[in-house]
Amino acid sequence: MNIELLTLTDVEQVEGEIGRFRVKLRQRPRYVNMDRCMACGECARVCPQEVADAFNGGITTRKAIYLRYPQAVPLKYQIDPQRCLKIQSGTCGACEKVCQAQAINWEDRERSWTVDVGSIILAPGFQPFDPRGIRTWGYGIFPNVITSMELECYLSTAGPTQGRLIRPSDGGPVRKIAFVQCVGSRDENNCGHGYCSAVCCMSALKEAMLAKEVGGDVDVAVFFLDMRTPGKDFERYYEKARRRGIRFNRCRVHSLEPVGDCQRLYFRYITNEGRPARETFDLVVLSLGMETNADARGLAERSGLQLNEDGFLDTSSFQPVATERPGIYACGVYTGPKDIPGSVVEASAAAMAAAGHLAEVRNSLVRSVEFPQERDVAHEEARVGVFVCCCGSNIAGVIDVEEVAEYAKHLPHVVHVETSLFACSQDTQEWIRRRIEQLGLNRLVVAACSPRSHEPLFRETLKNAGLNEYLFEMANIRNQASWVHAHAPREATDKAKDLVRMAVAKVVLAEPLPPVQANVNPTVLVIGGGVAGMTAALGMADQGYPVHLVEKSSQLGGNARHLYRTWKGEAIPEFVESLVERVKAHPYISIYLRSQVVKAEGFLGNFRSTIRKGNSPLILDHGVAIVAVGATAYKPQEYGYAESQRVLTALEFDKLHAVGDERVAKGRSFVFIQCVGSREPERPYCSRVCCTHSIQAAIELKEEDPSREITILYRDIRTYGLREKLYKKAREMGVVFINYDMHDKPSVRLGPNELYVQVTDHVLHMPLSIRADVVILATAIVPHPDVKDLAQVYRIPINEDGFFQEAHAKLRPVDFAGEGLFLAGLAHYPKPLDETIAQAMAAVAQATRVLSIRRKDVDAIKAYVVEDKCDGCGLCLDVCPFGAIDWDPKSGGGEGTKLVRINAILCKGCGSCQATCPKDGVRVAGFTYHQLMEQVRSCFAA
Amino acid sequence: MIQQKVGAVLVVGGGIAGIQAALDLADTGFFVYLVERRGAIGGTMAQLDKTFPGNECSM
Repeated sequence: MNIELLTLTDVEQVEGEIGRFRVKLRQRPRYVNMDRCMACGECARVCPQEVADAFNGGITTRKAIYLRYPQAVPLKYQIDPQRCLKIQSGTCGACEKVCQAQAINWEDRERSWTVDVGSIILAPGFQPFDPRGIRTWGYGIFPNVITSMELECYLSTAGPTQGRLIRPSDGGPVRKIAFVQCVGSRDENNCGHGYCSAVCCMSALKEAMLAKEVGGDVDVAVFFLDMRTPGKDFERYYEKARRRGIRFNRCRVHSLEPVGDCQRLYFRYITNEGRPARETFDLVVLSLGMETNADARGLAERSGLQLNEDGFLDTSSFQPVATERPGIYACGVYTGPKDIPGSVVEASAAAMAAAGHLAEVRNSLVRSVEFPQERDVAHEEARVGVFVCCCGSNIAGVIDVEEVAEYAKHLPHVVHVETSLFACSQDTQEWIRRRIEQLGLNRLVVAACSPRSHEPLFRETLKNAGLNEYLFEMANIRNQASWVHAHAPREATDKAKDLVRMAVAKVVLAEPLPPVQANVNPTVLVIGGGVAGMTAALGMADQGYPVHLVEKSSQLGGNARHLYRTWKGEAIPEFVESLVERVKAHPYISIYLRSQVVKAEGFLGNFRSTIRKGNSPLILDHGVAIVAVGATAYKPQEYGYAESQRVLTALEFDKLHAVGDERVAKGRSFVFIQCVGSREPERPYCSRVCCTHSIQAAIELKEEDPSREITILYRDIRTYGLREKLYKKAREMGVVFINYDMHDKPSVRLGPNELYVQVTDHVLHMPLSIRADVVILATAIVPHPDVKDLAQVYRIPINEDGFFQEAHAKLRPVDFAGEGLFLAGLAHYPKPLDETIAQAMAAVAQATRVLSIRRKDVDAIKAYVVEDKCDGCGLCLDVCPFGAIDWDPKSGGGEGTKLVRINAILCKGCGSCQATCPKDGVRVAGFTYHQLMEQVRSCFAA
Repeated sequence: MIQQKVGAVLVVGGGIAGIQAALDLADTGFFVYLVERRGAIGGTMAQLDKTFPGNECSM
């Protein structure tokens, strides 16, 4: 309700300043009246114009009047003016003739207007790189060279081949597939993009695995430069793909050539063993990179912002979503290539930043709807109204709607029945409201589509008519009858009658349910005083929420105290210092140093945590908690670390480098060894930051003295996204990169004053010995020991690697499944400072969302206890998946007098308790046994 | 020119990032204009049939 969705709209001009922008918008015509269109699809059925469908990578067609995709939001058709015959030449107009909703509007015109806003968030996204016309890859020349986006469609069961893998050229079988990585990325010669697109390695792995799944014994080979799987659980997936038999070959693919009739393609490459090879494939998939599109470039210009040479917006690591213009924020791929979780995290961070300076005008423009006083119907006889929807031809094209309506008239308690073309249209809503009032209806049944999509709308109509919103039932005669029995209209009509009869039987027993109100303590507990914890604490406190910040050690700052520079070169110590000062000075933040959480109870809105400071326990009450306990560094046993003062971890090296220790200052030769403790069988994950960190250190050493010899021994260089430019710079400066294999690791031999590093050279396939003054080990980031304890205290899950497990890898990246608990920083997974800060800001945004529910009513479909039937057996406690049931302390001790109680905030109304209870001692409001039994009985009563 | 701060936010782009930002703001007391250049929101993520790690449909 408080989002105005403006489609086909562009930003024309941005004026004003932070807190008060005036933005000119321009909306192109849709030629379809959005209030009228019910998306029945009749228009597209008759439209004669077939157009290549860009949504499906152009491999399917759509009509000139179309939905972008079947689940589109808004679910309204639009006309493509470039392809519409009526608009182009004044002929046709077939859609208008069949549209029963009269939604086609040829008079629709472009309109411009201005809106006033306090902040602006830019998230225009990207476009996949277009490989057309570049001879190397043969795309657009050979039909069996396809893009990763096209393969996505071929692998979809809803796609043109129903998920079968075929050769696009002739529909022939696909026995061998090659994935070519870095198409449009890391390649200035062919595409002008030096950066890494950060997502294509993982998307290729996913598609390769799916191809294996649908293609049976299909042979899949991936040709890559570095496999970049530095995200959470990515490395495990890579290992799984190898075990699945997918082949990985490290090489750049030059020039695809056709075999004979062009049905197949071959190319030459150098194998991992260094031998030249020639291999033929049925299908070649180009893993497309990302690039900023023309619209996004224009948007930057019109917003008064500069894009960098790669076409992305530069942001500071410390303010990862702020642009150079105060009040304008950016997120997603606009600030650099990134994956879905990264984009979601940044989006929430941008929301937090955008709201931050508007605290005093929060709630000033949000709209709320006033409903009339609710009519008391408790003592009335049930008077049911039934509305049967045609859904254009979706229902009426199969089911005899009039027959269903006629049938419904004779059902018990039904006093009124009518049919409508679209029950969900605005005018029908108003009509239903009037009917309820005129006829004194006190129950409503709508026989139409799915309650998942439309129940909220009809509930609103009931409220508008002064009825309790739960005196309502939907019969889904579309999805469950007309759609699935489209070829059996007689049976579909009979089934629709059954569904209506059952809905009436249930609604007659429906009772008005009072709204459930949440009582939420606005205090926030932040666990961990590193950069993530401090950022979260400040974010909450700045909005006026009281914060308890608990830190185990004796000072704030966490792991960032050991860091000097971000990958962009910003100074970290000064930043951490200013953060600590702000936290200490903030009136809403209470700091507890040398403290640990030892016990917690409660639930969203009302947690009670016990912390121990020294020997004295302290109880803190809070509504939500943000967990940001960080991680620690792996202590290496390998590579002579314990024996030599010249073998250092990366953090130790940084410190010595900073203080000018002579081992570093006088060193001539430095060898970095990557993946020390990471990507090992006992720790099968990538620590994400070490490649960038080593390369940055190498560049600094070279900048101090270009004659120094610097070697980096690596497995894959993972300078993802825009970090790739550091890798390029290091190579240009003469840093030597030698690839090593997990099964043939380097070794370090100690000399009197120097070290000798043995490694097999990946080009010559010969052993090599490098004399080094200092060897730097890029050691793994390992989970903090406190993670396990906190997992028990708050009953939150950890993943196989020992990091906290978020609720959903992509869509809920900072939430725990248990409500009211959030996470940020290294406790989630190894990550650099900019991503840590974004995640902490995102946790603030999500915690704020939760804390604002104290103003809201929550859904009243909840379990409740029938006190004279509950005998306290407690079976329901075990089955409740949400931990929403516990003993009622009021009911006293001993067996037989004990009762359970339900926490209405935690309860989701799933009904597990009701199904388990042998005594009918717990029921779900709106879905009681009585109601469900009546519904079932009615089903068999035909 | 406007004098007072405005309790509304403009979000440009209706992909997963824009949608997330719009929802976060609307749920915490701000009016949001969500501007999308195409006819429907969803962005690139809507074009993915399955996503890592669960192979879930991205709708």
